[in-house]
Amino acid sequence: METHPELEAQIGRWRGYLQRRQAISPADLDELEDHLREQIADRRATGLDDEEAFLVAIKRMGNLDAVSREFAREHSDRLWKQLVLVPEAAGDAGAGRWRELAVVLALAIGAGLTVRAGLSWLGSGNAFASNAGLLVIPFVTAYLAWKRRVSARLAAVLLAGFAALAVFLNAYPFSPGGSTELLAALHAPVVLWLLAGIAYAGGRWRSDNRRMDFVRFTGELAIYYTLLALGGAVLIGLTFAALQIVGADFEPALEGWILPFAVPGALVVAAWLVEAKQNVVENIAPILTRVFTPLTIAMLLALLAVLTAAGGFAEVDRGLLILMDAILMLVLSLLLYSISARDSLAAPGLFDVLQLVLVLAALAVDAAMLTAMLARIAEFGTSPNKIAALGLNLLLLVHLVRTGWLTLGFLRGRRPFGALEHWQTRYLPVYGAWAAVVVVVFPPLFAFS
Amino acid sequence: MRIDKDLVAASATPLVLGILAEGDLYGYAIIKRVSELSGGGMQWTDGMLYPLLHRLERLGYVSSSWGTSESGRRRKHYVITASGREALADRQEQWAVVADALRQVWQSAQRPPAVAEGWA
Repeated sequence: METHPELEAQIGRWRGYLQRRQAISPADLDELEDHLREQIADRRATGLDDEEAFLVAIKRMGNLDAVSREFAREHSDRLWKQLVLVPEAAGDAGAGRWRELAVVLALAIGAGLTVRAGLSWLGSGNAFASNAGLLVIPFVTAYLAWKRRVSARLAAVLLAGFAALAVFLNAYPFSPGGSTELLAALHAPVVLWLLAGIAYAGGRWRSDNRRMDFVRFTGELAIYYTLLALGGAVLIGLTFAALQIVGADFEPALEGWILPFAVPGALVVAAWLVEAKQNVVENIAPILTRVFTPLTIAMLLALLAVLTAAGGFAEVDRGLLILMDAILMLVLSLLLYSISARDSLAAPGLFDVLQLVLVLAALAVDAAMLTAMLARIAEFGTSPNKIAALGLNLLLLVHLVRTGWLTLGFLRGRRPFGALEHWQTRYLPVYGAWAAVVVVVFPPLFAFS
Repeated sequence: MRIDKDLVAASATPLVLGILAEGDLYGYAIIKRVSELSGGGMQWTDGMLYPLLHRLERLGYVSSSWGTSESGRRRKHYVITASGREALADRQEQWAVVADALRQVWQSAQRPPAVAEGWA
Protein backbone atom coordinates (compact mmCIF):
# COMPACT_ATOMS: atom_id res chain seq x y z
CA MET A 1 0.00 0.00 0.00
CA GLU A 2 1.33 3.44 -0.91
CA THR A 3 1.80 5.86 1.95
CA HIS A 4 0.57 9.41 2.15
CA PRO A 5 2.40 11.12 4.99
CA GLU A 6 0.66 14.47 4.52
CA LEU A 7 -2.77 12.85 4.44
CA GLU A 8 -1.96 10.71 7.47
CA ALA A 9 -0.86 13.81 9.35
CA GLN A 10 -4.13 15.54 8.45
CA ILE A 11 -6.19 12.56 9.59
CA GLY A 12 -4.15 12.45 12.78
CA ARG A 13 -4.88 16.11 13.47
CA TRP A 14 -8.57 15.60 12.78
CA ARG A 15 -8.66 12.66 15.15
CA GLY A 16 -6.80 14.63 17.81
CA TYR A 17 -9.32 17.42 17.48
CA LEU A 18 -12.24 15.03 17.94
CA GLN A 19 -10.49 13.26 20.79
CA ARG A 20 -10.98 16.27 23.00
CA ARG A 21 -14.75 15.86 22.83
CA GLN A 22 -15.85 14.08 25.97
CA ALA A 23 -18.95 12.64 24.37
CA ILE A 24 -17.00 10.81 21.68
CA SER A 25 -15.34 7.65 22.92
CA PRO A 26 -12.17 6.15 21.40
CA ALA A 27 -14.30 3.40 19.83
CA ASP A 28 -16.49 6.03 18.18
CA LEU A 29 -13.34 7.71 16.94
CA ASP A 30 -12.23 4.47 15.31
CA GLU A 31 -15.62 4.19 13.67
CA LEU A 32 -15.56 7.76 12.42
CA GLU A 33 -11.99 7.46 11.21
CA ASP A 34 -12.83 4.31 9.27
CA HIS A 35 -15.67 6.23 7.67
CA LEU A 36 -13.42 9.16 6.81
CA ARG A 37 -10.81 6.90 5.25
CA GLU A 38 -13.42 5.08 3.17
CA GLN A 39 -14.78 8.39 1.94
CA ILE A 40 -11.27 9.61 1.08
CA ALA A 41 -10.48 6.37 -0.76
CA ASP A 42 -13.68 6.70 -2.81
CA ARG A 43 -12.98 10.35 -3.64
CA ARG A 44 -9.44 9.46 -4.69
CA ALA A 45 -10.81 6.71 -6.91
CA THR A 46 -12.81 9.41 -8.74
CA GLY A 47 -9.58 11.27 -9.47
CA LEU A 48 -9.24 13.76 -6.63
CA ASP A 49 -5.83 14.22 -5.03
CA ASP A 50 -5.21 13.61 -1.30
CA GLU A 51 -5.83 17.19 -0.27
CA GLU A 52 -9.11 17.49 -2.18
CA ALA A 53 -10.32 14.07 -1.11
CA PHE A 54 -9.62 14.94 2.53
CA LEU A 55 -11.46 18.25 2.27
CA VAL A 56 -14.51 16.63 0.68
CA ALA A 57 -14.55 13.87 3.28
CA ILE A 58 -14.32 16.39 6.12
CA LYS A 59 -17.09 18.47 4.59
CA ARG A 60 -19.34 15.45 4.24
CA MET A 61 -18.63 14.46 7.84
CA GLY A 62 -20.35 17.65 8.88
CA ASN A 63 -19.80 20.32 11.51
CA LEU A 64 -17.89 18.62 14.30
CA ASP A 65 -19.52 20.72 16.99
CA ALA A 66 -22.95 19.64 15.81
CA VAL A 67 -21.85 16.02 15.49
CA SER A 68 -20.33 15.92 18.95
CA ARG A 69 -23.47 17.61 20.34
CA GLU A 70 -25.46 14.80 18.77
CA PHE A 71 -23.14 12.26 20.37
CA ALA A 72 -23.56 14.05 23.70
CA ARG A 73 -27.36 13.84 23.41
CA GLU A 74 -27.13 10.12 22.86
CA HIS A 75 -24.41 9.49 25.46
CA SER A 76 -25.03 12.08 28.16
CA ASP A 77 -23.47 9.69 30.65
CA ARG A 78 -20.12 10.25 29.00
CA LEU A 79 -20.15 13.86 30.07
CA TRP A 80 -19.69 12.46 33.55
CA LYS A 81 -16.14 11.44 33.13
CA GLN A 82 -15.69 7.95 34.41
CA LEU A 83 -12.54 7.10 36.22
CA VAL A 84 -11.25 4.05 34.39
CA LEU A 85 -8.54 2.48 36.49
CA VAL A 86 -8.05 -0.67 34.48
CA PRO A 87 -9.15 -0.18 30.86
CA GLU A 88 -11.08 -3.04 29.31
CA ALA A 89 -9.38 -2.82 25.96
CA ALA A 90 -6.45 -5.17 25.75
CA GLY A 91 -3.06 -3.90 24.66
CA ASP A 92 0.06 -2.38 26.11
CA ALA A 93 -1.76 0.25 28.15
CA GLY A 94 -4.04 -2.38 29.66
CA ALA A 95 -1.17 -4.63 30.68
CA GLY A 96 0.64 -1.65 32.23
CA ARG A 97 -2.41 -0.78 34.25
CA TRP A 98 -2.73 -4.31 35.60
CA ARG A 99 0.93 -4.26 36.54
CA GLU A 100 0.37 -0.96 38.31
CA LEU A 101 -2.58 -2.40 40.20
CA ALA A 102 -0.41 -5.32 41.29
CA VAL A 103 2.33 -2.95 42.49
CA VAL A 104 -0.19 -0.81 44.38
CA LEU A 105 -1.77 -3.80 46.07
CA ALA A 106 1.62 -5.26 46.98
CA LEU A 107 2.71 -1.93 48.50
CA ALA A 108 -0.61 -1.51 50.33
CA ILE A 109 -0.28 -4.98 51.83
CA GLY A 110 3.39 -4.29 52.57
CA ALA A 111 2.41 -1.14 54.48
CA GLY A 112 -0.21 -3.16 56.36
CA LEU A 113 2.26 -5.88 57.27
CA THR A 114 4.81 -3.31 58.42
CA VAL A 115 2.30 -1.54 60.63
CA ARG A 116 1.11 -4.89 62.00
CA ALA A 117 4.72 -5.90 62.75
CA GLY A 118 5.36 -2.46 64.25
CA LEU A 119 2.40 -2.91 66.57
CA SER A 120 3.73 -6.28 67.68
CA TRP A 121 7.26 -5.07 68.33
CA LEU A 122 6.74 -1.54 69.56
CA GLY A 123 3.42 -1.96 71.32
CA SER A 124 0.80 0.72 70.80
CA GLY A 125 2.47 3.37 72.96
CA ASN A 126 4.85 6.27 72.29
CA ALA A 127 7.38 4.20 70.38
CA PHE A 128 4.73 3.23 67.83
CA ALA A 129 3.39 6.78 67.57
CA SER A 130 6.92 8.08 66.83
CA ASN A 131 7.39 5.54 64.09
CA ALA A 132 3.88 5.46 62.59
CA GLY A 133 4.73 7.74 59.68
CA LEU A 134 7.97 5.90 59.10
CA LEU A 135 6.05 2.62 58.77
CA VAL A 136 3.64 3.91 56.13
CA ILE A 137 4.97 6.85 54.13
CA PRO A 138 7.94 4.94 52.63
CA PHE A 139 5.38 2.72 50.87
CA VAL A 140 3.60 5.69 49.33
CA THR A 141 7.02 7.05 48.38
CA ALA A 142 7.95 3.70 46.87
CA TYR A 143 4.83 3.78 44.71
CA LEU A 144 5.58 7.32 43.53
CA ALA A 145 9.22 6.43 42.91
CA TRP A 146 8.15 3.37 40.91
CA LYS A 147 5.64 5.42 38.95
CA ARG A 148 8.20 8.13 38.15
CA ARG A 149 10.93 5.58 37.43
CA VAL A 150 13.37 7.51 39.61
CA SER A 151 17.08 6.95 39.18
CA ALA A 152 18.89 4.50 41.43
CA ARG A 153 20.83 7.39 42.92
CA LEU A 154 17.66 9.23 43.94
CA ALA A 155 16.17 6.02 45.34
CA ALA A 156 19.31 5.59 47.43
CA VAL A 157 19.06 9.18 48.68
CA LEU A 158 15.41 8.68 49.68
CA LEU A 159 16.23 5.42 51.38
CA ALA A 160 19.09 7.08 53.25
CA GLY A 161 16.68 9.84 54.33
CA PHE A 162 14.20 7.34 55.73
CA ALA A 163 16.96 5.39 57.44
CA ALA A 164 18.45 8.52 59.01
CA LEU A 165 15.05 9.56 60.32
CA ALA A 166 14.49 6.09 61.74
CA VAL A 167 17.84 6.28 63.53
CA PHE A 168 17.13 9.72 65.01
CA LEU A 169 13.66 8.77 66.19
CA ASN A 170 14.73 5.51 67.78
CA ALA A 171 18.37 5.87 68.84
CA TYR A 172 18.04 9.17 70.72
CA PRO A 173 17.83 8.50 74.47
CA PHE A 174 14.55 10.39 74.99
CA SER A 175 13.51 10.70 78.61
CA PRO A 176 10.17 8.95 79.03
CA GLY A 177 7.18 11.21 78.58
CA GLY A 178 9.47 14.10 77.57
CA SER A 179 8.29 16.80 75.24
CA THR A 180 11.19 16.51 72.77
CA GLU A 181 10.08 12.97 71.91
CA LEU A 182 6.54 14.14 71.27
CA LEU A 183 7.80 17.07 69.21
CA ALA A 184 10.00 14.77 67.14
CA ALA A 185 7.07 12.42 66.56
CA LEU A 186 4.87 15.35 65.48
CA HIS A 187 7.44 16.81 63.11
CA ALA A 188 8.78 13.60 61.57
CA PRO A 189 5.77 13.13 59.20
CA VAL A 190 6.47 16.55 57.67
CA VAL A 191 10.01 15.48 56.80
CA LEU A 192 8.72 12.13 55.54
CA TRP A 193 6.15 13.81 53.37
CA LEU A 194 8.84 16.05 51.93
CA LEU A 195 10.80 12.93 50.95
CA ALA A 196 7.62 11.60 49.31
CA GLY A 197 7.43 14.92 47.47
CA ILE A 198 10.93 14.43 46.09
CA ALA A 199 9.87 11.03 44.77
CA TYR A 200 6.68 12.60 43.38
CA ALA A 201 8.71 15.18 41.50
CA GLY A 202 10.82 12.35 40.12
CA GLY A 203 13.91 14.11 41.36
CA ARG A 204 12.97 17.42 39.70
CA TRP A 205 12.17 18.90 43.08
CA ARG A 206 13.63 22.26 42.16
CA SER A 207 10.88 22.79 39.61
CA ASP A 208 8.14 25.17 40.82
CA ASN A 209 5.58 23.37 38.69
CA ARG A 210 6.38 19.99 40.15
CA ARG A 211 6.18 21.43 43.64
CA MET A 212 2.78 22.90 42.90
CA ASP A 213 1.70 19.54 41.47
CA PHE A 214 2.76 17.92 44.70
CA VAL A 215 0.64 20.41 46.63
CA ARG A 216 -2.34 19.50 44.43
CA PHE A 217 -1.55 15.82 44.84
CA THR A 218 -1.50 16.18 48.62
CA GLY A 219 -4.88 17.92 48.65
CA GLU A 220 -6.55 15.38 46.40
CA LEU A 221 -4.95 12.59 48.41
CA ALA A 222 -6.46 13.98 51.60
CA ILE A 223 -9.89 14.04 49.97
CA TYR A 224 -9.64 10.56 48.49
CA TYR A 225 -8.31 9.19 51.73
CA THR A 226 -11.23 10.74 53.59
CA LEU A 227 -13.68 9.19 51.13
CA LEU A 228 -12.08 5.78 51.53
CA ALA A 229 -12.06 6.19 55.29
CA LEU A 230 -15.75 7.13 55.32
CA GLY A 231 -16.66 4.10 53.22
CA GLY A 232 -14.54 1.87 55.44
CA ALA A 233 -16.10 3.33 58.59
CA VAL A 234 -19.60 2.59 57.29
CA LEU A 235 -18.64 -1.02 56.52
CA ILE A 236 -16.97 -1.48 59.89
CA GLY A 237 -19.86 0.13 61.73
CA LEU A 238 -22.42 -2.15 60.06
CA THR A 239 -20.31 -5.25 60.68
CA PHE A 240 -19.76 -4.21 64.26
CA ALA A 241 -23.47 -3.70 64.87
CA ALA A 242 -24.43 -6.97 63.22
CA LEU A 243 -21.81 -8.99 65.13
CA GLN A 244 -22.77 -7.35 68.39
CA ILE A 245 -26.34 -8.55 68.02
CA VAL A 246 -25.11 -12.07 67.35
CA GLY A 247 -22.88 -11.74 70.39
CA ALA A 248 -19.50 -12.09 68.67
CA ASP A 249 -16.68 -9.78 69.78
CA PHE A 250 -15.44 -7.92 66.73
CA GLU A 251 -13.01 -5.64 68.55
CA PRO A 252 -9.89 -7.84 68.69
CA ALA A 253 -10.07 -8.55 64.96
CA LEU A 254 -10.75 -4.88 64.22
CA GLU A 255 -7.92 -3.50 66.33
CA GLY A 256 -5.46 -6.31 65.72
CA TRP A 257 -5.88 -6.87 62.00
CA ILE A 258 -8.42 -4.82 60.09
CA LEU A 259 -7.34 -1.33 61.10
CA PRO A 260 -3.55 -1.99 60.91
CA PHE A 261 -4.05 -3.10 57.32
CA ALA A 262 -6.85 -0.80 56.21
CA VAL A 263 -5.51 2.51 57.49
CA PRO A 264 -2.04 2.41 55.83
CA GLY A 265 -3.29 0.42 52.82
CA ALA A 266 -5.91 3.04 52.07
CA LEU A 267 -3.19 5.70 51.91
CA VAL A 268 -1.31 3.82 49.19
CA VAL A 269 -4.55 3.13 47.32
CA ALA A 270 -5.58 6.79 47.62
CA ALA A 271 -2.22 7.84 46.15
CA TRP A 272 -2.85 5.49 43.26
CA LEU A 273 -6.37 6.86 42.70
CA VAL A 274 -5.09 10.43 42.62
CA GLU A 275 -2.37 9.47 40.15
CA ALA A 276 -4.83 7.59 37.97
CA LYS A 277 -7.43 10.28 37.88
CA GLN A 278 -5.14 13.26 37.43
CA ASN A 279 -6.56 14.26 34.08
CA VAL A 280 -9.85 12.44 34.21
CA VAL A 281 -11.86 14.11 36.89
CA GLU A 282 -11.85 17.74 37.85
CA ASN A 283 -9.82 18.30 40.98
CA ILE A 284 -12.15 18.93 43.85
CA ALA A 285 -9.77 20.42 46.41
CA PRO A 286 -9.73 23.82 44.69
CA ILE A 287 -13.52 23.89 44.54
CA LEU A 288 -13.69 23.13 48.25
CA THR A 289 -11.31 26.01 48.95
CA ARG A 290 -13.75 28.36 47.24
CA VAL A 291 -16.50 27.19 49.54
CA PHE A 292 -14.39 27.25 52.67
CA THR A 293 -12.40 30.47 52.22
CA PRO A 294 -15.31 32.76 53.20
CA LEU A 295 -16.33 30.37 55.99
CA THR A 296 -12.79 30.28 57.34
CA ILE A 297 -12.63 34.07 57.33
CA ALA A 298 -15.82 34.12 59.39
CA MET A 299 -14.34 31.53 61.76
CA LEU A 300 -11.08 33.45 62.24
CA LEU A 301 -12.88 36.72 62.86
CA ALA A 302 -15.23 35.08 65.36
CA LEU A 303 -12.29 33.49 67.18
CA LEU A 304 -10.42 36.79 67.27
CA ALA A 305 -13.47 38.59 68.64
CA VAL A 306 -14.12 35.98 71.32
CA LEU A 307 -10.47 35.81 72.39
CA THR A 308 -10.11 39.58 72.52
CA ALA A 309 -13.26 39.81 74.60
CA ALA A 310 -11.85 37.14 76.91
CA GLY A 311 -8.73 39.22 77.48
CA GLY A 312 -6.37 38.13 74.71
CA PHE A 313 -4.07 35.15 74.48
CA ALA A 314 -1.88 35.95 77.49
CA GLU A 315 -4.16 34.16 79.89
CA VAL A 316 -5.00 31.18 77.76
CA ASP A 317 -3.41 27.81 78.08
CA ARG A 318 -1.14 25.74 75.88
CA GLY A 319 -3.98 23.62 74.49
CA LEU A 320 -5.57 26.64 72.86
CA LEU A 321 -2.27 27.75 71.33
CA ILE A 322 -1.81 24.31 69.78
CA LEU A 323 -5.35 24.42 68.42
CA MET A 324 -4.78 27.87 66.98
CA ASP A 325 -1.63 26.58 65.28
CA ALA A 326 -3.68 23.81 63.73
CA ILE A 327 -6.19 26.37 62.50
CA LEU A 328 -3.43 28.47 60.97
CA MET A 329 -2.04 25.41 59.17
CA LEU A 330 -5.53 24.80 57.79
CA VAL A 331 -5.72 28.40 56.59
CA LEU A 332 -2.38 27.94 54.91
CA SER A 333 -3.53 24.83 53.08
CA LEU A 334 -6.67 26.64 51.96
CA LEU A 335 -4.48 29.41 50.63
CA LEU A 336 -2.14 27.00 48.86
CA TYR A 337 -5.00 25.18 47.17
CA SER A 338 -6.76 28.27 45.96
CA ILE A 339 -3.45 29.48 44.56
CA SER A 340 -2.66 26.12 42.98
CA ALA A 341 -6.06 26.05 41.27
CA ARG A 342 -6.13 29.60 40.01
CA ASP A 343 -5.47 30.33 36.39
CA SER A 344 -2.37 32.46 36.74
CA LEU A 345 -3.27 34.54 33.68
CA ALA A 346 -6.77 35.53 34.85
CA ALA A 347 -7.31 39.10 35.99
CA PRO A 348 -7.73 39.86 39.72
CA GLY A 349 -11.25 39.21 40.94
CA LEU A 350 -13.45 39.14 44.00
CA PHE A 351 -12.00 35.85 45.16
CA ASP A 352 -8.51 37.34 45.25
CA VAL A 353 -9.84 40.07 47.53
CA LEU A 354 -11.38 37.39 49.75
CA GLN A 355 -8.05 35.63 49.80
CA LEU A 356 -6.33 38.79 50.95
CA VAL A 357 -8.92 39.16 53.72
CA LEU A 358 -8.20 35.58 54.74
CA VAL A 359 -4.47 36.27 54.86
CA LEU A 360 -5.02 39.42 56.93
CA ALA A 361 -7.31 37.61 59.38
CA ALA A 362 -4.76 34.80 59.71
CA LEU A 363 -2.02 37.37 60.22
CA ALA A 364 -3.99 39.02 63.01
CA VAL A 365 -4.43 35.65 64.72
CA ASP A 366 -0.78 34.79 64.23
CA ALA A 367 0.41 38.14 65.60
CA ALA A 368 -1.84 37.78 68.65
CA MET A 369 -0.47 34.28 69.24
CA LEU A 370 3.12 35.39 68.87
CA THR A 371 2.57 38.14 71.43
CA ALA A 372 1.02 35.66 73.83
CA MET A 373 3.88 33.22 73.32
CA LEU A 374 6.57 35.82 73.85
CA ALA A 375 4.77 36.92 76.99
CA ARG A 376 4.69 33.32 78.23
CA ILE A 377 8.35 32.81 77.42
CA ALA A 378 9.26 36.04 79.23
CA GLU A 379 7.23 34.95 82.22
CA PHE A 380 8.01 31.23 82.47
CA GLY A 381 11.25 30.85 80.47
CA THR A 382 11.82 28.67 77.44
CA SER A 383 10.86 25.06 76.87
CA PRO A 384 11.14 22.80 73.81
CA ASN A 385 7.39 23.12 73.24
CA LYS A 386 7.46 26.90 73.35
CA ILE A 387 10.44 27.23 71.06
CA ALA A 388 8.95 24.78 68.56
CA ALA A 389 5.65 26.66 68.57
CA LEU A 390 7.42 30.01 68.35
CA GLY A 391 9.46 28.82 65.39
CA LEU A 392 6.40 27.54 63.57
CA ASN A 393 4.52 30.77 64.18
CA LEU A 394 7.44 32.85 62.95
CA LEU A 395 7.59 30.74 59.78
CA LEU A 396 3.85 31.24 59.33
CA LEU A 397 4.22 34.97 59.93
CA VAL A 398 6.87 35.33 57.22
CA HIS A 399 4.83 33.17 54.84
CA LEU A 400 1.62 35.12 55.44
CA VAL A 401 3.16 38.60 55.37
CA ARG A 402 4.85 37.98 52.04
CA THR A 403 1.73 36.27 50.65
CA GLY A 404 -0.41 39.22 51.73
CA TRP A 405 2.05 41.68 50.21
CA LEU A 406 2.20 39.82 46.91
CA THR A 407 -1.61 39.42 46.80
CA LEU A 408 -1.98 43.15 47.35
CA GLY A 409 0.53 43.82 44.59
CA PHE A 410 -1.40 41.49 42.30
CA LEU A 411 -4.74 43.14 43.12
CA ARG A 412 -3.26 46.55 42.33
CA GLY A 413 -1.94 45.24 39.06
CA ARG A 414 1.70 45.73 40.02
CA ARG A 415 2.71 42.10 40.06
CA PRO A 416 1.81 39.00 38.08
CA PHE A 417 0.02 36.16 39.84
CA GLY A 418 3.04 34.01 39.08
CA ALA A 419 5.03 35.86 41.74
CA LEU A 420 2.55 34.67 44.36
CA GLU A 421 2.75 31.09 43.13
CA HIS A 422 6.52 31.27 43.04
CA TRP A 423 6.65 32.47 46.64
CA GLN A 424 4.50 29.54 47.84
CA THR A 425 6.50 26.86 46.10
CA ARG A 426 9.83 28.41 47.10
CA TYR A 427 8.82 28.66 50.73
CA LEU A 428 7.43 25.14 51.21
CA PRO A 429 10.78 23.39 51.87
CA VAL A 430 11.39 25.81 54.75
CA TYR A 431 8.71 23.98 56.73
CA GLY A 432 10.44 20.68 56.00
CA ALA A 433 13.78 22.11 57.10
CA TRP A 434 12.24 23.42 60.32
CA ALA A 435 10.61 20.04 60.99
CA ALA A 436 13.98 18.35 60.42
CA VAL A 437 15.57 20.76 62.91
CA VAL A 438 12.92 19.92 65.51
CA VAL A 439 13.47 16.19 64.97
CA VAL A 440 17.26 16.21 64.80
CA VAL A 441 18.56 19.23 66.71
CA PHE A 442 15.95 19.82 69.42
CA PRO A 443 16.40 16.58 71.41
CA PRO A 444 20.17 17.01 72.04
CA LEU A 445 19.71 20.78 72.44
CA PHE A 446 17.21 20.28 75.27
CA ALA A 447 18.98 17.23 76.73
CA PHE A 448 16.23 14.85 75.49
CA SER A 449 13.88 16.23 78.13
CA MET B 1 -32.55 18.88 -5.47
CA ARG B 2 -31.85 19.23 -1.76
CA ILE B 3 -34.13 17.47 0.66
CA ASP B 4 -35.28 19.47 3.64
CA LYS B 5 -33.34 18.74 6.80
CA ASP B 6 -36.42 17.87 8.89
CA LEU B 7 -37.55 15.41 6.29
CA VAL B 8 -34.11 13.80 6.25
CA ALA B 9 -34.21 13.51 10.03
CA ALA B 10 -37.71 12.03 10.04
CA SER B 11 -36.90 9.44 7.40
CA ALA B 12 -33.48 8.51 8.76
CA THR B 13 -34.59 5.81 11.18
CA PRO B 14 -36.84 3.83 8.80
CA LEU B 15 -34.28 4.23 6.04
CA VAL B 16 -31.41 2.88 8.12
CA LEU B 17 -33.53 0.03 9.48
CA GLY B 18 -34.72 -0.75 5.96
CA ILE B 19 -31.19 -0.81 4.59
CA LEU B 20 -30.03 -3.05 7.42
CA ALA B 21 -33.01 -5.34 6.76
CA GLU B 22 -31.43 -5.98 3.34
CA GLY B 23 -28.25 -7.16 5.02
CA ASP B 24 -25.57 -6.30 7.62
CA LEU B 25 -23.52 -3.21 6.85
CA TYR B 26 -21.07 -0.74 8.36
CA GLY B 27 -21.56 3.01 8.60
CA TYR B 28 -19.98 4.21 5.41
CA ALA B 29 -21.76 1.55 3.36
CA ILE B 30 -25.08 2.64 4.83
CA ILE B 31 -24.42 6.23 3.74
CA LYS B 32 -23.51 5.03 0.26
CA ARG B 33 -26.64 2.96 0.04
CA VAL B 34 -28.80 5.95 1.06
CA SER B 35 -27.20 8.03 -1.64
CA GLU B 36 -27.73 5.23 -4.17
CA LEU B 37 -31.39 4.69 -3.24
CA SER B 38 -32.20 8.38 -3.51
CA GLY B 39 -30.24 8.81 -6.74
CA GLY B 40 -27.88 11.15 -4.89
CA GLY B 41 -30.77 13.30 -3.73
CA MET B 42 -30.38 12.55 -0.03
CA GLN B 43 -27.05 13.81 1.23
CA TRP B 44 -26.69 13.05 4.90
CA THR B 45 -24.25 14.73 7.16
CA ASP B 46 -22.07 11.66 7.54
CA GLY B 47 -21.15 12.29 11.15
CA MET B 48 -24.79 12.32 12.22
CA LEU B 49 -25.31 8.71 11.19
CA TYR B 50 -23.30 7.37 14.12
CA PRO B 51 -25.21 8.94 17.00
CA LEU B 52 -28.34 7.65 15.23
CA LEU B 53 -26.92 4.13 14.96
CA HIS B 54 -25.96 4.25 18.63
CA ARG B 55 -29.47 5.36 19.54
CA LEU B 56 -30.97 2.48 17.53
CA GLU B 57 -28.57 0.14 19.27
CA ARG B 58 -29.61 1.43 22.68
CA LEU B 59 -33.25 0.92 21.72
CA GLY B 60 -32.38 -2.63 20.77
CA TYR B 61 -33.28 -2.23 17.08
CA VAL B 62 -29.79 -3.04 15.88
CA SER B 63 -26.80 -4.81 17.36
CA SER B 64 -23.19 -4.18 16.48
CA SER B 65 -19.95 -6.09 16.39
CA TRP B 66 -16.38 -5.14 15.62
CA GLY B 67 -14.67 -6.72 12.68
CA THR B 68 -11.85 -5.72 10.39
CA SER B 69 -12.01 -4.07 7.00
CA GLU B 70 -10.18 -5.41 3.96
CA SER B 71 -7.38 -2.95 4.72
CA GLY B 72 -7.11 -4.20 8.30
CA ARG B 73 -8.79 -1.33 10.14
CA ARG B 74 -11.23 -1.88 12.97
CA ARG B 75 -14.75 -1.63 11.60
CA LYS B 76 -18.11 -1.78 13.33
CA HIS B 77 -20.86 -3.76 11.60
CA TYR B 78 -24.53 -3.30 12.34
CA VAL B 79 -27.20 -6.00 12.23
CA ILE B 80 -30.94 -5.45 12.53
CA THR B 81 -32.58 -7.32 15.41
CA ALA B 82 -36.04 -8.91 15.67
CA SER B 83 -37.41 -5.89 17.53
CA GLY B 84 -35.74 -3.71 14.89
CA ARG B 85 -37.75 -5.53 12.24
CA GLU B 86 -40.92 -4.96 14.24
CA ALA B 87 -40.09 -1.27 14.55
CA LEU B 88 -39.42 -1.15 10.83
CA ALA B 89 -42.78 -2.77 10.02
CA ASP B 90 -44.47 -0.25 12.31
CA ARG B 91 -42.69 2.69 10.63
CA GLN B 92 -43.54 1.33 7.21
CA GLU B 93 -47.23 1.40 8.08
CA GLN B 94 -46.95 4.96 9.36
CA TRP B 95 -45.08 6.12 6.27
CA ALA B 96 -47.57 4.37 4.03
CA VAL B 97 -50.37 6.34 5.66
CA VAL B 98 -48.43 9.59 5.31
CA ALA B 99 -47.46 8.89 1.70
CA ASP B 100 -51.02 7.92 0.83
CA ALA B 101 -52.40 11.09 2.37
CA LEU B 102 -49.85 13.21 0.52
CA ARG B 103 -50.61 11.49 -2.76
CA GLN B 104 -54.31 12.17 -2.38
CA VAL B 105 -53.88 15.80 -1.46
CA TRP B 106 -51.51 16.40 -4.36
CA GLN B 107 -53.81 14.73 -6.82
CA SER B 108 -56.62 17.05 -5.79
CA ALA B 109 -54.24 20.03 -5.79
CA GLN B 110 -53.44 19.35 -9.45
CA ARG B 111 -57.07 20.30 -10.21
CA PRO B 112 -57.14 23.81 -8.64
CA PRO B 113 -60.49 24.81 -7.16
CA ALA B 114 -62.48 27.53 -8.95
CA VAL B 115 -62.38 29.84 -5.91
CA ALA B 116 -58.60 30.23 -6.20
CA GLU B 117 -58.95 31.40 -9.80
CA GLY B 118 -61.48 33.97 -8.70
CA TRP B 119 -58.90 35.51 -6.35
CA ALA B 120 -56.15 35.72 -8.92
